Amino acid sequence: MRLSRAFNRSLWVFHFNSGSCNGCDIEIVAAITPRYDPERFGVRLVGSPKHADVLLVTGPVTHDMRDRLRRVYDQMAEPKLVMCIGTCGQSGGVFYDSYNLDGPVGDVIPVDIYVPGCAPRPEAIIDGVVKAIAKLERLEGEQG
Amino acid sequence: MSNGTKKGYSVPIGPIHPALKEPILFTFTMNGEKVEEVDFAPGKAHRGIEWMGMRRNPVQIVHLTDRICGICGVSHTLAFSRAVEQVAEIEVPERGHYVRTIIAEYERIQSHLLWAGVAAHELGFDTLFFLAWRVREESMDVIELLTGNRVNYGIIQVGGVRRDITEDQFPRIEASLRYYEDLLGKMLELFLHDTTITMRCRNTGLMNRREALELCTVGPTARASGLNLDVRQDSPYAAYGDLDVRAVMPEQYLGEAYGDVYDRIVVRLLEVKQSVEIIRQCLDMMPPGPVQFETKIPKLLATCKKAVGEAVGRVEAPRGEALHYVRMDGHENPQTWKVKASTYSNQMSWLKMLRGEQLADVPIIVASIDPCMSCTDRVTVVRDGHSDVMTKEGLHRLSVEKTRRLMQ
Repeated sequence: MRLSRAFNRSLWVFHFNSGSCNGCDIEIVAAITPRYDPERFGVRLVGSPKHADVLLVTGPVTHDMRDRLRRVYDQMAEPKLVMCIGTCGQSGGVFYDSYNLDGPVGDVIPVDIYVPGCAPRPEAIIDGVVKAIAKLERLEGEQG
Repeated sequence: MSNGTKKGYSVPIGPIHPALKEPILFTFTMNGEKVEEVDFAPGKAHRGIEWMGMRRNPVQIVHLTDRICGICGVSHTLAFSRAVEQVAEIEVPERGHYVRTIIAEYERIQSHLLWAGVAAHELGFDTLFFLAWRVREESMDVIELLTGNRVNYGIIQVGGVRRDITEDQFPRIEASLRYYEDLLGKMLELFLHDTTITMRCRNTGLMNRREALELCTVGPTARASGLNLDVRQDSPYAAYGDLDVRAVMPEQYLGEAYGDVYDRIVVRLLEVKQSVEIIRQCLDMMPPGPVQFETKIPKLLATCKKAVGEAVGRVEAPRGEALHYVRMDGHENPQTWKVKASTYSNQMSWLKMLRGEQLADVPIIVASIDPCMSCTDRVTVVRDGHSDVMTKEGLHRLSVEKTRRLMQ
């Protein structure tokens, strides 16, 4: 698989809320709004997973959202990356002993980048995106 | 279209949809472009917070209540703390009340600006969306200065607050208050005197005073329909009893309340101004002294453990009243804990507002009550393996009963 040139230049991001507390979600929106303005580099939120290169998953994956997360992930075109934003998507965080969680996210779909924090700062999220780009470049190098 | 041969069709929206910021499933029965009937299925963000809380002690729970909702976490923590403090007969120091009030009002400012941005985005007015979010960062900076966190502040503790607001922080707070005062005229101009916004929001998503009362709406949604309700005014908590707080009504700005989306924008923007005034009053009146009833956590827990009884904590969250019921029975963990978030009260008004509207107006009407599903998705009743769906009649009966109680 060879990454397209368009993919190298800009990352389009689809945001998936799998039952989070909104904390990470508003920080994602804060990260794309004017103070940080990553749209300068072509990073923007899109409305369909079919247009997206990166899937941002927030929340600990509630029972209802497990199947939907899987389906959204399957709809994304290759090549694709998954970023898991927030502690609860990694370990359950403060919700670790809940009866309604099918997470963490890594159990449902493969995750490439973890951004820890509850909630992570916008700078941390942008740092995650930069790491995502680096990972894609490495993958591209390996695949020739 | 009206020849009777065309059958209605249904449009599902959600749980993952660009117009929705949070997972919820709407099903619209349509006739052409017109919404005939609405149904919605919340519960997608249900994490079993109450269940977890009943297995933790109050000091652990305040971290959980912060994460009921990332936007109005302070309100939930405050409501929970108030309930526990009443059961355990903990007296919060005066200064603690003032710090709580200041943080709660900053939360209101950031939440309303966040909402204003989302509303502009739903209307397709992205310039305004970016503007609102840029000015929101000012309040986030101050919140970070005061609490150490941007989201999930973790400042409120049972019995007071964890951090004091010091004198050297006052100039920064004052600067942010002046920033918002200068800005407000511009925001009102941009939101309320813009032809596009007026055309899209006037007479959209109507709910009159009587309907708002019957549907038990709370917060800005109720006030925009002309109901003079505000917990800060009706049963003051924290420092609000000392302050001059009056419910913000749309007629103060326009002389008349329509109960439409436009009025909800008016109420929220004017509440930003009100919050600025409240914070300023707090800074002037803040008494010296401690901010926490008991700084040693084991002692605090011992006090909570001795408590027996039940209490309700009510707080005016940015979206309306948040209510926490706590019963303690001499154990470390509460015996019962029930959360009623503001969107829980407001969500039934969607059915009224959306009927007869165009599909294109659905996003802004849904957003107009400032829904917060992570606050609301508390419990699913499952009996014999089937989810228990409350019938319309049952809900109506409950609603009528509550209205009768209110009318008495």
